Parts: sequence; C-alpha cells; structure tokens
Amino acid sequence: MNNVRNKKRANKSLPFFFKDEFKVSFVIIFISIILLISTFSFDIVPPILNRGIQPATFPKALLILIISLTLIIYYLSIKNPWKIGKKLPKTFFLTLLSFLIFVILAISVLSIFVSYNWGERRIFYLLLVSIIFPILVFIFFETILGLRFPPGIITNLYYY
Amino acid sequence: MLTPLFSSKLLIVLLFGTLFGLILGVLPGLGPTTGGALILPFTMTLDPLSAIVLLTSIYCAGTYGGAITAVLINTPGTPAAAATCLDGYPLAQKGEAGRALGMATVSSTVGGIFSVIILVFFAPLLAKLAYEFGQPEYFALAIFGLTMLSSIGEGSPIKNLIAGAFGILISTIGKDFMTSIDRFTYGINELSVGIGFIPVVVGLFAISEMLTQSTILDQVFKRVALKAVKLPTKDDYKKTWKTILRSSGIGSFIGVLPAEGGTVASLIGYSEAKRFSKNPEQFGKGSIEGIAGAEAANNAATGGAMVPTLALGIPGSATTAVILTGLIIHGVRPGPDLFREQPDFLYGIFGAMLIANVLFFIFGFFGAKIFARITLVPNKILWPMIFAVSVCGTYSLSQSIIDVWIMLFFGVLGFFMRRFGFSVVPVIIGLILGELVEGTLRQSLVIFDGNWLMFLTRPIALTFFILSLIALAFPLLRSKKHKK
Repeated sequence: MNNVRNKKRANKSLPFFFKDEFKVSFVIIFISIILLISTFSFDIVPPILNRGIQPATFPKALLILIISLTLIIYYLSIKNPWKIGKKLPKTFFLTLLSFLIFVILAISVLSIFVSYNWGERRIFYLLLVSIIFPILVFIFFETILGLRFPPGIITNLYYY
Repeated sequence: MLTPLFSSKLLIVLLFGTLFGLILGVLPGLGPTTGGALILPFTMTLDPLSAIVLLTSIYCAGTYGGAITAVLINTPGTPAAAATCLDGYPLAQKGEAGRALGMATVSSTVGGIFSVIILVFFAPLLAKLAYEFGQPEYFALAIFGLTMLSSIGEGSPIKNLIAGAFGILISTIGKDFMTSIDRFTYGINELSVGIGFIPVVVGLFAISEMLTQSTILDQVFKRVALKAVKLPTKDDYKKTWKTILRSSGIGSFIGVLPAEGGTVASLIGYSEAKRFSKNPEQFGKGSIEGIAGAEAANNAATGGAMVPTLALGIPGSATTAVILTGLIIHGVRPGPDLFREQPDFLYGIFGAMLIANVLFFIFGFFGAKIFARITLVPNKILWPMIFAVSVCGTYSLSQSIIDVWIMLFFGVLGFFMRRFGFSVVPVIIGLILGELVEGTLRQSLVIFDGNWLMFLTRPIALTFFILSLIALAFPLLRSKKHKK
C-alpha cells in the first residue's frame, strides 16, 4: 500500500506532459480528432435516397463520445493519478522488434529470435520452435485443412 | 437433450475440447478466452454444432482448469480463479493440496451443472420474451449490454466505455451496410469488407498476452507437491453445501448479466461465502468454504453467460464473446429464431456443456497431477508456438496477409490498453455488437421518422434505457459508499 502511495506521489511530481494519463489521453484524443476530420470526407447520401441518418453520423457520434469520455478520465486522473507501471524490460522491445522481423521475414526467424531472446539456448528446442513446429503446422493446414499457401522459396519447393 | 451428441465425431470433439480446455486453464496467461480465440479459425473445417461444442467444452473445462494452478502454484490459471488462490494455496501449503483440489473439483462440477439447468430453463424463456422485441428494443438492449459491461466488468467503468465505443467504431470500418458508402477505408481495398472478428480477437487476446508474458519472464513459480486429489469428507460437505448452492445461484445470475462472467462471479461468490460463514476469520488462511464459494460461482457463470448469448446474441462474458464470434462465422444467428428453427442444435450445446462438466470432474480427479506438470512447460517454448498457431489461424480464414498485420496491430494495441488499465473485452463485445447497435438505431429512426423521442414511447426500450442509466450510476454510488 505504501509503495502504491509512493508511486502515486512520484507520478504527481512529474510535469503533466510526462504523466501516463496525459500521454494516453493525448494519443486517444489526437487520433480521434484525425478520424473525426476524416468522417467529413465520407460521401453524402442524397436526401431522396437517405433513410434515417447519414453514414458519417454514427462514427462521428462515437468519436465525440470517445473524446468526451477521455476528457473525463483525464480530469479524474488529476485528483487520483494512475499507478505508474513497471518500466518495460528489454525483452518486450525485442519481442516487438521480432514482430517487425516477422513481417519482413517469416515465422521461423521470429520463433528462434523470441525463444533465444527469452533465454532458450538448447539447440534442439530452438530447432523445435523455429523449424519442426512451423513445418508441422504448415503440413496440418496444407493436407488436413486443404489450404494453399502463397508462393515463396520454401512453399515452391514443397509444391514442386 | 443428449440425443444430438450421440455421434462418435461429436463425442471425440467434446473429449478433445475438455482436455484442451483443461490444459489451457492450467497454463497461466492462456485460459479459455485466449484458447478459444486461437482455435476459432480451426473450427471453420467443422460443422457448426461440432465447432460450438468444441468451444463450449473448452469454456467449461478451462474455467475449472484455472483452479489447479491457483491451488498448486498460487497463480490463477484464469482470471476467474483469482479468488481460489486466497484459500487454495494456503491449504496446499498445509499439505492439503489434494483436499483443496477435491473441493474445487466438486464445487466446480456442481456449479457448472446447476448453471446448465438454469440455461435449459431460462434461455428459451428469454428467447420467447425477445419475440416482442423490435428494432428499438434491440438497440436499447445492446446499449444496456454495453453499459452493464462497463459498470460490472473489471477496471474503470469510463475506460470500459471508451473501449466499448472503440469496438463499435471498428465495426464501422468498410462499406456502410445500408448505403454501401466507404468509411475509414482510405483507399485500401481489403478494408472495404470491414475488419474481421478473428484477427482482432486473436490479436487482443493471444498476441497482447504474448507481449505481457515478455515483460514477466523472471517470474518463478513455487509448486506445491500433490500426491492425489481427495474427495471431500462428510464434514467438508456439511460445512460447504450451503455455500456451494449459494455460489451456484450467484454465479448463474452474474453470468446472465453482460459482464466479465466468471471473474466477477467468483469474487462475489467468495465474499458472500465469507459473509455467511461461521468462521470468517479462517478465510485467507486455507478455508475450504472459500474454495467452494469461489469455484462454484465461477463455473456457474459459464451456463449463465450462455443464456443471453444464445437467446439474445448479447455475450455474457469474454469467452462467450468468442463463442458468439464462432456462431456468427458459422452462419448461425443467435436469438429467438434459433430456438424455434434449430432446437436440436441448441440441445446439442446444452448437452455438451453438461457432459463437459462431468468429463472435467473425471479428468480433474484422475489427471490433476499430470495437468499440474503442464505448468512446467517454459514460456520461452510455449509462446513462440502460440505465435505460429495465431499467424496460421488468422491467415487461413481469408488467406489474406493483411489480416495477419491487423492481428499484430491489435496485439500491440491490446498490450498498451491493458498496461494503462483499459480492458480489451469491451472492444471485442463492441465489435460484435457494433452492427446491431448501428443497424437497429438507423432502422428505428426510419420507423420513427427521425424523431428520437419516440424511443421513450416503447416500454421495453424505455426499461432498458433506465436500466442502462442505473448501470452507469452504479459505479459512482459504489465508489461513494467505499469512500464513506
């Protein structure tokens, strides 16, 4: 309990723009405003065909609701600051990086990267998660579920 | 009720679902919601009944499975088992792990079966009532569902509302279903069909959990040794039968409300068990009543949560949101027509839930020791495998790589949402209910000739709006009471 209080005090002592509650509220409101502006470019249904409300009205109402509620949570957080979460460890950022690597490369590289980064050093287990298991999943989808994967270096070898 | 299940295929599906559910429940961080989300794409190769039987058996067994880890390693396998840790682990430390697990198994089974009986009786009644519903009533009901979720669910009610509104906003991406006008597509063709449920569900549950696990790699579990699960003694039954029945009732009721089902039910079941107990000072130190109260309630919430899911198409918990997604992608529309047109399908689900409760009782008794060993599978092996399943599952549905990117995006978003106290469950429920909310609102306005005040002339809709206001005011009243 004392720790929580100390953390809250620490949070209070930061300038407002460094506080989590400000950063989160700012991001939500900023994105909502951009989306709100984009709703003005939605096509308008001519009055003769329009039944009920325009297609842009409902998303607009939702975005205004989100912005209003975010302002309320920010206002409430001034009186009752959020707890500061633990600093994110290196493994988190490396896992995020691995998602990026995955988008560029493939499952195997990601699996070996994550497993190694999380502390696995045994070769067999690294091979298991990076090669054996993805191959089993691939074969399962290919043969049992009848799914054809897009052409690539490895899939071309398999299909030929 | 059990006749539709008399096929070898369905029984195998049920057996597999129960076993898989137990494994998911035992593994901290997974659980029936994430597990259900992971297996959802694979169900596309099954017929609708087998798919839903698989998901419901995972739901029932997974909810119970969380208790094994709660008792043996003081870490709830599922959030619904959090209250079980309070007394389960202290009792295990006293060398009575077998007794604690025995009580958890018996009370979970009783709670689960009790809730299936509630489901069988109340779901058709609720469906009959829903025949009276028109578009305005459905709109009011969906709003009531979302407000209940925000007020009873975990975390800040306002943050839950923001998350729910965000979920509905996602459902508006793509072509407007009434006018075919593009919304938020920004010229990307793939987005004009909208964002699929599966990439969002898998991203928010599985990928965000993977990121969460990456931040707690240094967590060390201390496991209490388990010799064998023991049936509760006569004395234990004498002490707990009232608690089990009370918690079963509480759990079923909480389950019916659109909230986070088992998690809330177990906490209320536990606190009520303490309130009515002759030995409340024993709670937190290894009280057998505490285990019974929490476990009966969380399993009773499973059947309860299926009532609004099947009768109205409004999910009663996070896992039933996944089951509802399963129903939708299999072309089954929950609601009153389902009860009239496909009674065999429904009785198949009811029967499957009943059998799943009996099966996890048997597996729990004879296999708890083996399931407890599953917790020894290291995260560094488990989660890369889950990633591979998530990617292939998401890709397989429409064979689109953009779905995989959407999944990754929602995974990262889900992680930060959780970190800053936003629950991800309302996003899913908002996404599922989005089309219903917007569609019924717009059609109601057509009926009312654009006059919003006409909503107030419909008694059922008005009742739901008043209940929504009460649901919104409830957290305020609760926090004022706490301050006093």
